[in-house]
Amino acid sequence: MALLEIRGLCKSFAHVVANADVYLDVEAGTTHAILGENGAGKSTLIKMISGLYRPDSGEIALDGAVQHFASPRDAILAGIGVVHQHFMLIPAMTVAENIVLGTERQRDAATPRQSRLLFNRKRAAASVQELSESLGLPIDPWARVETLSVGMQQRVEIVKALYRRARVLILDEPTAVLTPQETEELFAVIRKLNQDGIPVIFISHKLDEVRAIASTVTVMRAGKTVRTAPVADATAAQLANWMVGRDVILQSRKEEVAVGDSVLEVKNLSASDDRKTEKVRGVSFSVRRGEIFGVAGIDGNGQTELVEAIVGLRKVNGGSVHLLDRDIGHMSVGERIARGIAYVPQDRQQDGLILSFSIAENLQLREVSKAPFSRRGWLTRAAARKRAQQLVEEFDVRPPVIDASAGSLSGGNQQKVILAREMSRNPELLVAVQPTRGLDVGAIEGIHRYLLQLRAEGRSILLVSLELDEILSLADRIGVMHAGEMVAVMDNQNVTRESLGLAMTGKWSEKEAIS
Amino acid sequence: MNFWLQIFANPELYAATLAMATPIALAAVGGTFSERTGVVNIAMEGIMLVGAFFGVMVAAATHSAWLGMFGGVIAGGLMALALAWPAIRLQSDQVVVGMALNVFAGGLTAFLLNTVYGYNGTPTSTPSLPIVTLPWISNIPFIGQVIGQHDVVVYLMFLFVILGHFTLFHTNLGLRMRAVGEHPEAAETVGISVVKIRYLGVMIGGMLSGLAGVYLSLGMLSSFDVNMTNGRGFIALAAMIFGKWTPFGAFGAALLFGFATALSISLQGSGVSANLIGILPYALTIIALTGLIGRSRPPAADGLPYVATK
Repeated sequence: MALLEIRGLCKSFAHVVANADVYLDVEAGTTHAILGENGAGKSTLIKMISGLYRPDSGEIALDGAVQHFASPRDAILAGIGVVHQHFMLIPAMTVAENIVLGTERQRDAATPRQSRLLFNRKRAAASVQELSESLGLPIDPWARVETLSVGMQQRVEIVKALYRRARVLILDEPTAVLTPQETEELFAVIRKLNQDGIPVIFISHKLDEVRAIASTVTVMRAGKTVRTAPVADATAAQLANWMVGRDVILQSRKEEVAVGDSVLEVKNLSASDDRKTEKVRGVSFSVRRGEIFGVAGIDGNGQTELVEAIVGLRKVNGGSVHLLDRDIGHMSVGERIARGIAYVPQDRQQDGLILSFSIAENLQLREVSKAPFSRRGWLTRAAARKRAQQLVEEFDVRPPVIDASAGSLSGGNQQKVILAREMSRNPELLVAVQPTRGLDVGAIEGIHRYLLQLRAEGRSILLVSLELDEILSLADRIGVMHAGEMVAVMDNQNVTRESLGLAMTGKWSEKEAIS
Repeated sequence: MNFWLQIFANPELYAATLAMATPIALAAVGGTFSERTGVVNIAMEGIMLVGAFFGVMVAAATHSAWLGMFGGVIAGGLMALALAWPAIRLQSDQVVVGMALNVFAGGLTAFLLNTVYGYNGTPTSTPSLPIVTLPWISNIPFIGQVIGQHDVVVYLMFLFVILGHFTLFHTNLGLRMRAVGEHPEAAETVGISVVKIRYLGVMIGGMLSGLAGVYLSLGMLSSFDVNMTNGRGFIALAAMIFGKWTPFGAFGAALLFGFATALSISLQGSGVSANLIGILPYALTIIALTGLIGRSRPPAADGLPYVATK
């Protein structure tokens, strides 16, 4: 009998069906992957299993006993451990405090010596240390969480779940924030947990990882579990097909493009974040015609500040930014746009669009002071609408209704509106940050194809992404950011995931590159 | 030179510092509890005022200052409930609600003062809280004169500062409170009720502010005056921030403001302009808040409503 059984779970919000008839059997000591696109219903399922949502119908059974979780507390007591995609850790507190938090009234907690009233720092630290060492996951209980690397924080989350005597461990998109090396370490931890009999539910949208770690995979699509199969029996193409519901081209095909002169020249650029800490330190690189230059790195290593300094949203502390041999480093955003910079920001809903404005209005935002959008300060509605209609058709925005609010569009179509607005003036350089973040496979495919098409037309693209696969499949050259420096610039043809991972953690030296 | 020596060598100055610091410290520790759980409390001024009024009202009606104190504390707690409910359940803007409560408290107490007691104000027969003389300690020269003899609330204040620190940093409840104020989602996922903890934090804050008000009306005087808190609630807010959201820090900051007030009192009639002296505590507040202590970091989720998912 399976340790965890999910039988026909359903959950709806207002008019949206998030989960319909979800079935899942997780055997003890195995790793069971749940594979699905964004919006396939994985998060809703996890929230029901962890007691955050109550199912409308259906059953969750642990060891054959049906569970009714009214709160996360009930789920924890029953033995469900969840490591959420966004860690549920308090940065300002220590590792021990985070792990012990909320367990003092739990009779079954790993440390029965704990007092109900008083919080004893030393005792908490000692019990955390003891547990983490016995698990083979050493952590410093006294360290403040905000000082730890992301991989270490994830380890804290895993220990936190096991401290609560988790019998099932759910990892929600655990590799999204990890370097390739950290991912390998995580996989080793998962295998060890399996050996100890603890099943791991591994939630992901990455086919390769699922194939590397899981023994069984359940694919979710549109709120339903469409198929469960042993991983060994499924090919990547099959999994992708189940996930999307049609055939998907997994590898983008790149044409040979003759690389031209450099369009963007960044030299010794430095910039600080809002708290005046220097986040970009002496970065130099160039982007040439017909080239996609990818910037890889772990989140928060200066990529955001670098991009903002290039597009003009952030003051340059030192160094220079040249666009076609003209120094734009101290120009305003407007002047830079006029010289030919287009920008697709990381957060399309926050910075890319005004969601409550119509598609037509969003399309004219960038150059509203120019024809055909306005004349002598007056908006020219009819001409602007005509132009908007053209763009919507050209970029295949669905539905092609220019009066609909931008917020009513799907993520992929919102991104098309931004691209339509940014590319409609034939810019010299496109700066795209995480252009496919949160999109489904179909939309990602479309955006990737469009970027490659721009490249084939001889445009220049600066692509910043946290997804290594995206960088590897699109970029011609890859610059790796670590601690504000561009620690390596590599040609995509002689790059491996391992060398990228090393560079991302700052453990890269040119010597290794040569040998 | 002699003149200043006379002022600064006088133990009265330090005794008055303690007396003046008491209401500020009480409210500031209360505010610390509220904000540590993530609810911004700028209503301390209003809550103090309500506590002060109901303290007098209950004391006058029952002829017992102790019952009056109790009434004032309860009134402060109820007033805090009026902040807690919209702030926690309705996810309202906490600053707006707090400001509304301050205005409401001013109007309510002025109205009740007039309707219940008429032009003569609160009855002169209202009892006041007892003055406590510490045995042994009051006989020590200088120190005894500074801390040996005070209103009972002054000693309660010491108790609550220590108790507050102990609760926040050495009990499981305190750990939960701080967790809720830093990252409510994380607290919820380990089975802590964010709503309950926040109610508790705001209520503790309200009751301590209520006690601060009681001290003003039943301790320093035995009557209530319109707007008698005179901005102390806001100074307490400053003391809480200045004290980096810790009870001891809040107490230290309150001492500083108490000292400024006490100094301005002892300088009266000394030839220095009374208006100039009067601004001393407030000027100090501004200087303190403009970075004398470097940046102090508020609880990460301070002021952010928590929307529970179901």
